[in-house]
Amino acid sequence: MRSAIPPASAALALAALALAALAFAAPRPAVAADTPDPVADAAAFQKYFTNKFPKLKLEDFVNGPYSLNEDMHRQWVEKEEFPPYDFSLDLGKEMFAKPFKNGKSYADCFPNQGIGIRQNYPYFDAKEGKVVTLELALNRCREANGEPPFSYVKDEMAALTAYMAFTSRGKPFDIKIPNDPRALAAYQNGKRYFYTRRGQLNFSCASCHVQSPGQRIRAEILAPALGILNAMPIYRSEWGGMGTISRRFISCNSQTRAVPLDPQADEYRDLEYYLSYVSNGLPISGPGARP
Amino acid sequence: MASTIRVRATSTGDITEVQALIQHPMDSGFVKDAKGAIIPPHFIQQVTFEHDGKNVFVADWGTAVSKDPYVKFSFKGGKKDDELKISWVDNKGASDTTTAKIQ
Repeated sequence: MRSAIPPASAALALAALALAALAFAAPRPAVAADTPDPVADAAAFQKYFTNKFPKLKLEDFVNGPYSLNEDMHRQWVEKEEFPPYDFSLDLGKEMFAKPFKNGKSYADCFPNQGIGIRQNYPYFDAKEGKVVTLELALNRCREANGEPPFSYVKDEMAALTAYMAFTSRGKPFDIKIPNDPRALAAYQNGKRYFYTRRGQLNFSCASCHVQSPGQRIRAEILAPALGILNAMPIYRSEWGGMGTISRRFISCNSQTRAVPLDPQADEYRDLEYYLSYVSNGLPISGPGARP
Repeated sequence: MASTIRVRATSTGDITEVQALIQHPMDSGFVKDAKGAIIPPHFIQQVTFEHDGKNVFVADWGTAVSKDPYVKFSFKGGKKDDELKISWVDNKGASDTTTAKIQ
């Protein structure tokens, strides 16, 4: 369920706090432990992983399980010479350049013609009061130009996001939480979703991807949550094809035997916002290949 | 649509290493779709790599080969800038051919 937006008074207090934080940027004011503090969250989150895997550099985390296991790393290096996402990437490039029926194209919907901007998504849209992901923005672009939307989980959507990620490779994630209580609420909601246990197996996202990265779950090696979205979209051998962030969330939920949400549901958008924010500073490495 | 075949061939002295990725569904005929209907078998039956008018690698494939198959092999005798011709034929009679220069 979506969290209730704090009542007006609380929202005001939050805004005041945020203002105070801005005014005294350094040193940061002492805040109560239960006050949301994304900056401290992200630092603690990254520190947890770098402590857990002291041999890894921060940017290694974007390669998920391949950075954690030597054998897999060797296979991956060879695979990257001839990556399985190649066909999708080419399709995405072709689709991106092809104008819509009305003569406009994807480039008209995005800043910088859509090139090298993946690291800025998802962002908080002040007008809508919600988080907007890249996948959502792509389908909105299509609909605004009179084209039917794509499925959020694979094929065309994965190809387009693959191309957009490819043009942004190496650029560090730069997710911003504007000074807006709704943005902070979305972040908090995403964080709550990430740490809440659900499903028949009673797993949270964190049970696997924070508590146990590097360990095996059957034949697979669990990826760390840090940097997990940097490699999206991915060609997963298990899927035999490409998948988007939406697909990843949905399959994660169903593997814990929970009921997945609809792609781009508010919770998933908030989750993507949280998870991207805590990976701020890590480079985009998508499209990726995963077992 | 671009070719369904990607090739990279590199020569190191007298050995040429060839890598290829082919886009093909490779349906085995044992899988059902969302409605429960069987997806008919559709797979590559033969892949051929030809160099200088001679087959250097021929594979008879079946349903056990994965979707979008990847092949890697090496052979003696290729030189830089030589041409390599790659083709496949599937069980429905469809085919594709491409050529690549050895690097």
